[in-house]
Amino acid sequence: MIYRETGHFVTNYLKDREIFPLKFDKIIVILGLLFLYLYMPTTSEYMLSAHVIPILAVGLATVGLNILTGLTGQLSLGTAGFMCVGAFGTYNLMLRMPENLMSLPVALLLSGIFAGLVGVIFGLPAIRIKGFYLLVSTLAAQYFVWWFFNSYAWFLNYESSGVVAIAPHMYDYWGLGNLLGVDMQGYPARYLLALTICIGLTYFAKNLLRSNTGRNFMSVRDRDIAASVMGISVPRTKLLAFFVSCFYCGIAGGIYSFLYIGNVDLMIYEIDRSFTILFMLIIGGLGSISGSWLGAIFVYEFPILFTWVGDTIFQGAFNTAVVENVSNMVYGVFIIALLIREPGGFAALWATTKQKLRMWPYPH
Amino acid sequence: MDWVYLIEVLVGGLMSGVMYSLVAIGFVLIYKSSGIFNFAQGTMLLFASLTFVKMTENGIDFWTALFIAAGIMVIFGIATERYVIRPLANQDLLALFMATVGLATFQEGFSQFIWDSDVHGLQMSKFLDIGLLDPAPIFVSDHIPWLDILIPKFDIFASLVAGSLIVILAFFFQKTRTGLSLRAVSDDHMAAMAVGIPLQTVWAIVWAVTGIIALIAGLLWAERVSVSFTLIEAVMKALPVILIGGLTSIPGAIVGGLVIGVGEKLGEIYLADVFGGQGIELWFAYFMALIFLVFRPQGMFGEKLIERV
Repeated sequence: MIYRETGHFVTNYLKDREIFPLKFDKIIVILGLLFLYLYMPTTSEYMLSAHVIPILAVGLATVGLNILTGLTGQLSLGTAGFMCVGAFGTYNLMLRMPENLMSLPVALLLSGIFAGLVGVIFGLPAIRIKGFYLLVSTLAAQYFVWWFFNSYAWFLNYESSGVVAIAPHMYDYWGLGNLLGVDMQGYPARYLLALTICIGLTYFAKNLLRSNTGRNFMSVRDRDIAASVMGISVPRTKLLAFFVSCFYCGIAGGIYSFLYIGNVDLMIYEIDRSFTILFMLIIGGLGSISGSWLGAIFVYEFPILFTWVGDTIFQGAFNTAVVENVSNMVYGVFIIALLIREPGGFAALWATTKQKLRMWPYPH
Repeated sequence: MDWVYLIEVLVGGLMSGVMYSLVAIGFVLIYKSSGIFNFAQGTMLLFASLTFVKMTENGIDFWTALFIAAGIMVIFGIATERYVIRPLANQDLLALFMATVGLATFQEGFSQFIWDSDVHGLQMSKFLDIGLLDPAPIFVSDHIPWLDILIPKFDIFASLVAGSLIVILAFFFQKTRTGLSLRAVSDDHMAAMAVGIPLQTVWAIVWAVTGIIALIAGLLWAERVSVSFTLIEAVMKALPVILIGGLTSIPGAIVGGLVIGVGEKLGEIYLADVFGGQGIELWFAYFMALIFLVFRPQGMFGEKLIERV
């Protein structure tokens, strides 16, 4: 009934390459976009600031990690470090460049490129080192970047507290605030910028996965020697994967600091965050872009949901330590259970559901 | 350069290297026997030492607590093999690694959930009447007049424990029948199975032994720092150690630990000024391992893999 291919005829090559070939999918996507662009900004500020924007930021980072770990098979524990580069890069570009030259979207893009280059530097050992041995390189990136921004106060504009608030004028890009009469620092405006970046980059990632480059990534993941025999330059592919992945993480870091919390704080880019994003990736499913978003939503929302359950049903019986510990236990069990039962993660569950829907109501 | 000071630094580095090696040995045991990169090693340390400390705080005496904690770790190890590793047999290494990441997360939450997330101090000298557990350091100049350095007694104790652990492990591996089957499994799973070695039993034994090693390492680390969340960071420090040493070699874990320990201390003293800041020990070990691996990608004693398509 739903998701049926009946009546779907491919008449040219362009149609054959569509991301959403089915009419049903197209309707869902259009409705989803309308929902995200028209309805979401009108919901409460709390909804945007505490749920949607952070999910957009960490989800984008998960997509970035997915390109490196899920597609190319290079294990990384340095995600938070690369996010940190993006956040500090955005801040310093906004702070130090002339105001009429730099605007927030451009600064995010540039710091993404910068984070990508940092990623390439720490990806260089990947040419020689393989598998688990590569963990040391990404860990070096994580700790070194953190230490670097911690030691050189210039990057924080000599702010002794280690946290620097973002000036309100930094949010107003291209004079849009005056032009449209919108508070650009308000959450709806921040949300729309984050959403546009995330949708654009997700679309790009999805297409990357279907392109020659994406197939090169996957062939390096599956068997690098076979890939090199087939004429794929393994070092070039790996470095490209590092660049693209860290580009995503950098922009995610910028979004996290600028559009979500509103200040640049080193403490949120510690190694714990790298792990959280790795959980999102594993639970969502390696190699699947939509899975990354599902995983991000689950891992981000679970502690909030659990706290809410504790507050409403058990009259606030769970303190933060309990919530954190139980969340960790649940993530752990989910990761192990998914790996055993459904190694594709949420993305595979979704694919199964889709298949079931296609057959519904006559499953044979 | 003050060379007596240099010797003191070297000795200090060697001692902290021993602590890293203790964590690294557990890693290597599991990797060698089943090819699993066990990320849960750090949380096993936390779980074991937290269980032990909570028991002693509740009035159970040292040896009973040690015995019970060891028993819990053995049960935990066997359960891990049964419910996590066995269903995942023949999966690719990345999936197994991720399963241990999941295990680590679970264990982190679990141990702090059933016990608590406070920082506990552990003073073994309260329970054991061993001169070496005395907090006062040894003045080497009392024995060798020209060598004016200090060595904390506890470091010597830790080194002795680590040394005897290695001797016991070496004996276990080389002389016992179980050790023989362990070596056979680590050499070739398929061949070992073909000659009738029960693979699952062997893995359960490895996880149990690793649990006990985690307990010992956890207690020593706890005495040095404290029983708290920071123990998990021990695993992060052990990573460059095992990678330098080579993932499959116990001697590699020892030498790697010593190299990292000494290198870190030397780097802190002679290179911190170059980088214009404190705290380079945060990343220095990783860079050392990185530079080392670029020249020798399989680590010091690791097996060089010949790859074919």
